[in-house]
Amino acid sequence: MIQTQDLTKKFDEFLAVDGINIDVAAGQVLTLLGPNGAGKTTTVRMLTSVLMPTSGTAQVAGYDVIQQADKVRACVGVLTESHGLYRRMNAMEYLDFFGELYGMPAAARHRRSEFLLEKFGLADSSRKRLGEYSKGMRQKLALVRAMIHDPSVLLLDEPTSAMDPESARMVRDSILSLRSDERTIVLCTHNLNEAEELADQIAIIQQGKIISYGTLAELKQQFLGLPEFEVRFAAPVDHFPDLPHGIVSNEHGEDWLRFWTADPRTQNPLVLQALIDQKFPVVGLQEVERSLESAYLEAVNHHPANGNHHG
Amino acid sequence: MADRFQPVWIIAKREIRDQFRDWRIIFPIVILTLGFPFLMNFTAQQMLNFVRGYGADIVGERLVPFLMMIVGFFPLSASLVIALDTFVGEKERGSIEPLLNTPLKDWQLYAGKLLAAIVPSLFGSFLGMSVYLGGLALQGVPLPEFELTILILLLTMVQAVVMVSGAVVVSSQATSVRAANLLSSFIIIPVALLIQGESILMFWGTFSTLWWTVFGLSMLSILLVRVGLAHFKREELLGREIDVLNFRWGWKTFRRQFAGGAKNLADWYLKAVPAAVKRMSPAILLTTIFAVIAVIIGILQLQRFPVKIAGLSLGNQLSQVMNLLPVFSAAPVLIIWLQNIRVQVVGLILGIFSFSILGFIPIFISMAISGYLVAMLVQNGVPALPLIVGLFLPHSIFEIPAIILSTSAVFQLGVLLATANPAKTVGEVWISALADWAKIIIGLVLPLLLIGAAIEAWITPRIALLLLH
Repeated sequence: MIQTQDLTKKFDEFLAVDGINIDVAAGQVLTLLGPNGAGKTTTVRMLTSVLMPTSGTAQVAGYDVIQQADKVRACVGVLTESHGLYRRMNAMEYLDFFGELYGMPAAARHRRSEFLLEKFGLADSSRKRLGEYSKGMRQKLALVRAMIHDPSVLLLDEPTSAMDPESARMVRDSILSLRSDERTIVLCTHNLNEAEELADQIAIIQQGKIISYGTLAELKQQFLGLPEFEVRFAAPVDHFPDLPHGIVSNEHGEDWLRFWTADPRTQNPLVLQALIDQKFPVVGLQEVERSLESAYLEAVNHHPANGNHHG
Repeated sequence: MADRFQPVWIIAKREIRDQFRDWRIIFPIVILTLGFPFLMNFTAQQMLNFVRGYGADIVGERLVPFLMMIVGFFPLSASLVIALDTFVGEKERGSIEPLLNTPLKDWQLYAGKLLAAIVPSLFGSFLGMSVYLGGLALQGVPLPEFELTILILLLTMVQAVVMVSGAVVVSSQATSVRAANLLSSFIIIPVALLIQGESILMFWGTFSTLWWTVFGLSMLSILLVRVGLAHFKREELLGREIDVLNFRWGWKTFRRQFAGGAKNLADWYLKAVPAAVKRMSPAILLTTIFAVIAVIIGILQLQRFPVKIAGLSLGNQLSQVMNLLPVFSAAPVLIIWLQNIRVQVVGLILGIFSFSILGFIPIFISMAISGYLVAMLVQNGVPALPLIVGLFLPHSIFEIPAIILSTSAVFQLGVLLATANPAKTVGEVWISALADWAKIIIGLVLPLLLIGAAIEAWITPRIALLLLH
């Protein structure tokens, strides 16, 4: 649904986006992570045909962002960094205005507006002037605006940044529901928990370049090494077991040990079998939790691009 | 067709509705539309009574349409504020990006904003003028003639379009509302001067000139809208954040365009200058046609302004001229050269402030006067062929191409400004166009004018004397 080939954007001498390649299928969520000024917003703006790439190409929903800009914009919904609502309008008028710009018939606009306002808990405030809305309400309305024409692609810049936890949960659930409706979503966020929960793919951008791109598991493996597992024993043990060939214990305590494996699906049963055969009182085996935050920090701090590379 | 204009109307409709919810816009419009005309009615009545007392009825007659024009103009001041805010204001409030993300085409967004700034103010103007005329009718004051009323309505309308389209251009190019307000002086001052000029014409009663003003302003509005559309770029609207003067970048851009990739002077003359002339060829053709028309107009003026010179003897006069212009004396050459350069600089200045239109004035005047002069001398018995070959041709062979090139270079400035160039910003377009102008002037016009001046001072009088004595 979204493909880019060496997408590049220069502003005079400043290289904002440097040869980005992404491929997001329908029903997938791609999360763009990166420090401020990394090039995430510029990438999103190129995907909406608002900024023209300096070089490279991109297709969104089958349309070329350079040649078919109007068509791209017609099938994309965008939540921008600043919501910029018209303060003297109310929510219904505001949504009606944008719906009309997207060519929706009046009845459909009205129906869709009511449905979305209800869904996001804004129905009671639908006749209130937008200038009186709270920050969170404005953000929700901006998200509703992005969805008013039921786009097949959604580009969301910090969709929950100003929201209270309950509203943020509501928005995350909506994103998951859109994903299951085969919508393609690109999410720019600094909220790594959100990224971890929602993303099918993650791209970490730094200084305009994608420094890492893959699934959550792939990213963790890339920056934090092989998955780590912990075995817990019922009581302290006086010696340590012999593990199957190729499995190395990296850490251990009185009643636990940890090991890495590249292939837990086949190796973990073998480890368990070996422990049971050696009469160890195993009470549990679980993966050691490693956060996306650790992988992200490792990526941005130790990547050669930023000069902090230690190794 | 209607579908293409539908988004324009959607944008305009929203903005107009929004404006009518803002008391800061409504209040002055209501005051200027409904309150001010009554004051003008009162003024008109008092003035009429006063001047009648002194038998100066004509002053009163002229005052009535003049005040109508003023009543119509005042609500337009609100349009300037609205228009200056259109793009840059939305940018500052962060509401422009959602609009840019919609399937609107650039021209639809631009036209919608333009319409939204024009319609309410024009509505105010027309309403104000109606209230004023209604008041006059109730007071039994004779209303302006129908043609004059139409003229004032049209004048108000084109003034509104000029002001708004100029302000929208400023708004789409400025980086902040503050910068747009500062730049608005470039609209306010010329319009203030225009109103003063129109007032004089109104009192003078030269209404035909006012019709030409309507025509000129209509052309200017078309050009301003064209320039605005040509340089409206979504990307720049989002990308431009700071407006720091960058002299180094400006100079680099100018030098690059001026050099045109040439490595040395010979290379510059052989490649860069011809390339610039080639780029200007449509402008050169048009200017040449214009020059020919100017000559014909000059010749035709002889019928309106005939001059009879009794006992004309060009030979004696040429002998006196030769005494003033001794061969190889540099002073007369320099005087002629500097005068011609000054005219070209005036052409540039006039052109810069009028999208090149007024840049045609120097060539028009020169060619028309030449045409008139030749026709007048021929009418007074000087033989045509020796006159043209002797008195005009020797230096004109150099000077006419020089002023055609110079005028074309000024014309090209306006053309480039009114032409969309997706690869360049407005600043780059301007600097590049100025560099091309400088290239033509330094590379061709100045040398040609210098040769022309030398021939005019040293050779032309002698050839003319030989042929005409």
